[in-house]
Order: sequence, then structure tokens, then C-alpha cells
Amino acid sequence: MFGEVSLTALAVVSGMSIVTYVTKAGGFWALDRVEPSESVRDGLDALPGGILVAILVVRLLEGGLSEWMAGIVVVVVAHRTESVLLAMVVGVGTLLIVRGSGASFV
Amino acid sequence: MSAETESEQVGFSRNGVRAGFVTCVPVALGVGAYGLVFGVLAREAGLSLLTAVVMSATVLAGAAQLIAVGLWDWPIPVVAVVGTTLVVNLRYLLMGASLRPWFTRLSSRQAYMSLFFMADENWALTIQDLRDGNGRGAFLLGSGLAIWVFWVVCTAIGSVAGSRIGNPETYGLSFILTAIFLALLVSFWEGRDSLIPWVVAAVVAVSVDVVLPGRWYILAGGLAASLTEVTRNVR
Repeated sequence: MFGEVSLTALAVVSGMSIVTYVTKAGGFWALDRVEPSESVRDGLDALPGGILVAILVVRLLEGGLSEWMAGIVVVVVAHRTESVLLAMVVGVGTLLIVRGSGASFV
Repeated sequence: MSAETESEQVGFSRNGVRAGFVTCVPVALGVGAYGLVFGVLAREAGLSLLTAVVMSATVLAGAAQLIAVGLWDWPIPVVAVVGTTLVVNLRYLLMGASLRPWFTRLSSRQAYMSLFFMADENWALTIQDLRDGNGRGAFLLGSGLAIWVFWVVCTAIGSVAGSRIGNPETYGLSFILTAIFLALLVSFWEGRDSLIPWVVAAVVAVSVDVVLPGRWYILAGGLAASLTEVTRNVR
């Protein structure tokens, strides 16, 4: 049922899994060796926000009006309720409604 | 401004695993949709079911896998596939580094096992949970297991079903990740102090995305926010 098994393909997959694990574990590994200074800690504090902003800005710029409208709804719901799940559900719902009605005005 | 106070207790319990898993299930559904797409594309690129499933189970990195499958050919361009995987995943270095304040209090085994299960989605959820001070060090593992299960199972389904599966984009699934990240970003907001690093991150990310292919913009945006914060506090 697995089709033809290719050892070469599996070897390439192992290579991919090794380099991926090195990236996943490497950042923590490096910082766990040396006690980071206060300014390095400030920088680390700012990392998650910066990474999310980078992912989001590129995604939203690729999206159209419906993505932006749904995005605004997500921010409002997340701010009011502090619930990621609720914000996600309402946001995806908004996107589908705007898209469904969108053909006439977008 | 730091939520990562040094006195905070961080444990590693079954409850933490469960909390992470349950919190991540809705997100994992979205990941599953991508898993279907990956399975279909892997099949079309000529990967056997076994190869596709083993890749999803051991690599567990959506973007890198999709790109790898795009490059797949016979004979397999080994250097291109493995090299691209490395470059696309460099952002994980930053994500792993950002877990240090809490993970440094876990045993090596707990920390390095959990890091295997780190993906974009559950990393963001985990940072939020840890910043809330719940002290659940096993949250990354639990949420990662949820993603792993959906990713692997859906890869298999996609590979077997092939192109009989329609395009999941139609159901707004590609917006799930955007919505989650937006909602998490709202919770990361620490008042006006956050504004400057975020604006710098946005400008740098957009610029880098124009100039460089792949996902360098994520790395660049994260580093830009960090450096902005460091230089601002030095002054």
C-alpha cells in the first residue's frame, strides 16, 4: 500500500528532518550555554511580536479587501474578549460572508 | 515590561501537555487542511505515501515541506531540497531562542523533546501561555502533538485521495493562521512601547520580502524588532 519504497527519498527526508531539528533546537541551545546580558534579554522580549508582525504584514498585503475587513474584526474581537479562538472563528466567518457577498462590490 | 520574571515557576506536567493539546486543536484543524494540500502535492510530485508520511512525521515544518515537494524531481536534487529546508526554517532559531526564559528551567530532555514539536502556530500559542504566567512548560509539547497528529494523518489522506480533494482555500482555511496570529499579536501589545519595534519589523519585513525569495522576511522582521528594542533601551 505504500507504493514503491525509495531509500534515496527516505535518506533525503532524514536530511531534511536533521537540518530542521537543528534550527528548532539551535536557538535555545545557543542561549542556554551563555547567560544573556540584559540588552540581549530585551531583544529576546521583542522577538515574538516582531516575528508575528513580519508574518502578518506580508500575508495581509497579499490579501484583498475581504482579508482586511476580516482582520479588523479579529483585532476588535481579540481586544474585547481576549479569546484567540473566538476571534479566529468570528474572523473566518466574516471572511466567508464578505467573500460570499463580495462579488457585487469588491 | 517583561512578563518573564526570573522567579516564575515553570513545571512540566501531564496537565500542561493536555492544556496545550486542547488549546491547539482548533488551530490543528487548520494545519490539517494544509496537510491535505501537502499530501496531494507530494503525491503529484511523485513521493510515495510512505515518503510523504515519514516527511511529515519527522520534519514537521509546513512551509519547508511544501517548497521541498515543489523542488522534488528524479533524480532528487538533494542539495537544493535539504539546503532550502534549512534556509526556510532558519526562523525557528529565533523562535527557539525566544523560549529561553522558561525552557532554561526544564530538564534538557524535556526542552529538546518539546522543541522537535515546535511549529509556527503552536510556538505563538505557547509564548502567549507562558507570558500569562501559567508556568506550563509542557504546553509546547502538548500543542505540538495536536499539530503533529493532524499534520501526519491529513498528509496520508491527501496522498491517498490525491486531487479528488478540492481546494481548501475556498473554505477560508488559509485565513485561520492569519486570524490566530492577529489575535495573538493583540495580546502581545504592551502599550506604546510596542509600537516602534513593530513598525520597524513591518517595514523591514515588507522590504526584505520584495528583495529576497522565501521566508527571509520573517527572520529579518524579528531581528529588526529585537535590535530596535536593544538600541532604544541603551539610550
